[in-house]
Amino acid sequence: MRMPQISGSPNGRPRVGVYICHCGTNIAGIVDVRALSEHAATLPGVVVARDYKYMCSDPGQELIIRDIAEHDLHRVVVASCSPLLHEQTFRNAAAKGGLNPFQVQMVNIREHDSWVHADRQAATAKAKDLIRAAVRRVALHRPLERRRVPINPDALVVGGGIAGIHAALTLANAGKHVYLVEREPTIGGHMAQFDKTFPTLDCAACILTPKMTQVRAHPNITLWTYSEVAQVGGYVGNYEVTVRRKPRYIVEDLCVGCRECIEACVYKEGKTRDEFNLGLSKRKPIYMPFPQAVPQLVVIDPETCIEFKSGKCKKTCVEVCGDRKAIDFTQQERVETIHVGTIVLATGFKVFDAQRIPYYGYRTYPQVYTALEVERLVNAAGPTSGEVVLRDGRRPESVAIVHCVGSRDENTNRWCSRVCCMYSLKLAHLIKEKTDAEVYNFYIDIRTPGKGFEEFYNRVQEEGTHFIRGKVADIYPAGDDRGRLIVQAEDTLLGKVRKIPVDMVVLAVGLEPRPDTQDVRRLFNITCSTEGWFLERHPKLAPVNTFTDGVFLAGACQGPKDIPDSVAQAGAAAAEALALIDAGSVELEPYTAFVVEEDCSGCKTCIPLCPYNAIAFVAETKKAAINEVLCKGCGVCVAACPSGSITQNFFEDEAIFEEIKGVLAHA
Amino acid sequence: MPEETFEPKIVAFFCNWCTYIAADLAGTSRLKYAPNARVIRTMCSGRVDPQFVLEAFAQGADGVLIGGCHPGDCHYQEGNYKTLRRATLLRRVLEAMGIEPARFRLEWISASEAERVKTVVNEMVEQVRALGPLHVVAPEDVPVPHLREEVAA
Repeated sequence: MRMPQISGSPNGRPRVGVYICHCGTNIAGIVDVRALSEHAATLPGVVVARDYKYMCSDPGQELIIRDIAEHDLHRVVVASCSPLLHEQTFRNAAAKGGLNPFQVQMVNIREHDSWVHADRQAATAKAKDLIRAAVRRVALHRPLERRRVPINPDALVVGGGIAGIHAALTLANAGKHVYLVEREPTIGGHMAQFDKTFPTLDCAACILTPKMTQVRAHPNITLWTYSEVAQVGGYVGNYEVTVRRKPRYIVEDLCVGCRECIEACVYKEGKTRDEFNLGLSKRKPIYMPFPQAVPQLVVIDPETCIEFKSGKCKKTCVEVCGDRKAIDFTQQERVETIHVGTIVLATGFKVFDAQRIPYYGYRTYPQVYTALEVERLVNAAGPTSGEVVLRDGRRPESVAIVHCVGSRDENTNRWCSRVCCMYSLKLAHLIKEKTDAEVYNFYIDIRTPGKGFEEFYNRVQEEGTHFIRGKVADIYPAGDDRGRLIVQAEDTLLGKVRKIPVDMVVLAVGLEPRPDTQDVRRLFNITCSTEGWFLERHPKLAPVNTFTDGVFLAGACQGPKDIPDSVAQAGAAAAEALALIDAGSVELEPYTAFVVEEDCSGCKTCIPLCPYNAIAFVAETKKAAINEVLCKGCGVCVAACPSGSITQNFFEDEAIFEEIKGVLAHA
Repeated sequence: MPEETFEPKIVAFFCNWCTYIAADLAGTSRLKYAPNARVIRTMCSGRVDPQFVLEAFAQGADGVLIGGCHPGDCHYQEGNYKTLRRATLLRRVLEAMGIEPARFRLEWISASEAERVKTVVNEMVEQVRALGPLHVVAPEDVPVPHLREEVAA
């Protein structure tokens, strides 16, 4: 074994200090911490072993700093929580004491031990094994330096809903150049489809469209709509991103958004499902998603445009566009490559597909709507100009709102979607205001934990909306001449089954991760929770960070969120990105690999293994060489090298062999 | 504790980005599982040199578990495919050495699959317990002789 020789130390062996954290009772409640420190004191090289209530606290860290001086420590082992939580804390403490920060090894006796085992004896034995391994390993730790790389000040925001818009504006207002990439032809996201917002009943368009316009006009924002991120390479501070810009068959610089072409289209009436109105209206092959769309550009749908299908259209659109010459049927997809230092993901959510619960009759009975469809109906700019009417044009006299559709349900999604109670109350209010219908809310629990939410709930109750506590079990035709539906539920407050005939049913659909979440996750190298939402680095301490440095989360892509929370989180994500950018540079972990030239046989086994092309064969020396800047420190080549000539910093073979021996050596 | 209860020792190599985080999540979720596994963290499961596995068996491990990201989800793009390739070969070597297949396990456990950490560790402990202690030859006669010298060097 290669043991570093330390002059002035007995046997030249590094002097190790071991610190066992009680973490209050989190660790000490299960693990015998006193036995651990007594055991640690007997291990070779250990000159001081202590246990303390909270090692991460200031006094805890001071203990280490003082001991380094007083006991002339060369190495430190801290047995506490996960290194993913506090490795940095203890590395900093060691550095303050004058050690190289990488001469610290952490032992996870909380997440991997006291929190997952109930048997005190077994948990203590396990902790002893892990500490023994760390003491053996840490003796081999070499001093390492973090690499410092500059940060590109430009930022990328993916997704142009309210979260993406707010993050982009915050970054741009701070003077950073932002690329805002949106998949749809317009920014605005779901919020643009809403009518009023709870609980204040502000008009969504009134508060959103000015922000959309600001994005368009901002000198620091490059807005790419109808575009998707195709590839992401690089690392924090230096990402290279490829964006595919789909052809809209309109020359962006020449189109003035007059929409005369839409009017002039050979289709007199729209024939295609209007995505923005969720199919409640039809659009033409040339269209603008909605009048306030940003950018104010039309788009041609090649799937339905006659010119694309047959090449024999009269092209009345081109005619009316005239000298502006903004229509270009030959436009091709463009691929742009940009360089950014930080990325904010604000890719949003999708609403639950109500057809997954067949007994609610969505798409079977035309009187059954999703809440998002009703948002469009109550919206003055919507397909019915704000009239709440059924598909046959009648105004409903009774409306049932079914809560928790695709939420809090073992058969669909287990989570609470957080916004449905409040938007249901809002829709109840709006429907009542517009139609004076009887509105019945069928709910499991009403959840109104937000500023002004409970007050709004009280208001809606006072307006005479009915509340029935019961999960709707069935919806079926009443068989009467009004074409009503029976909504059946067990009223758990009355303890009896209620069957209420209504003209219209609104399904309060929950929020779900977008269907391509897994692809997006892979693209940006981040993780998802079991449910499929993007996973934050820490639920409390790093709620907008991901496990990939420089990639941040904003809005409902991280979990169901209302507008205030999305905006707050977007601001936080922008602030985190700014903190990185304004630091000017970032330190990278030094876990890279290097080739020990004299041992390398030049066999080239390692070269094709590296996914980052970081290994090159040097013709002059006939040896492999690793480019430290490109190496990301996975260690795949280290494990593969037949001559053992590649070493990974901090994860050296010897260190891992010591760990193996340490956990298996019997006390 | 009755003396006939054999408590197997499992060495577990967990990658930093998926399985180690899943094991942390098992902790924060307070899931309870068998205390027999000792986790060694590597940045990628692809860092796990087959020699680590052999050394663990040589040092008295009754089982070795490798945990990595699901195929396609590797933090380093494709490190876990290299792990899979190596594990396949290694399994044959281990079998030739008379080490039962259940003693060596490769599992894909994503960062959110805390429940799976619990299941896999519990399952493996039960299977290895049923097999009994690994009958290894004395450490001096480790089946890969050069390994010992190299580690000692």
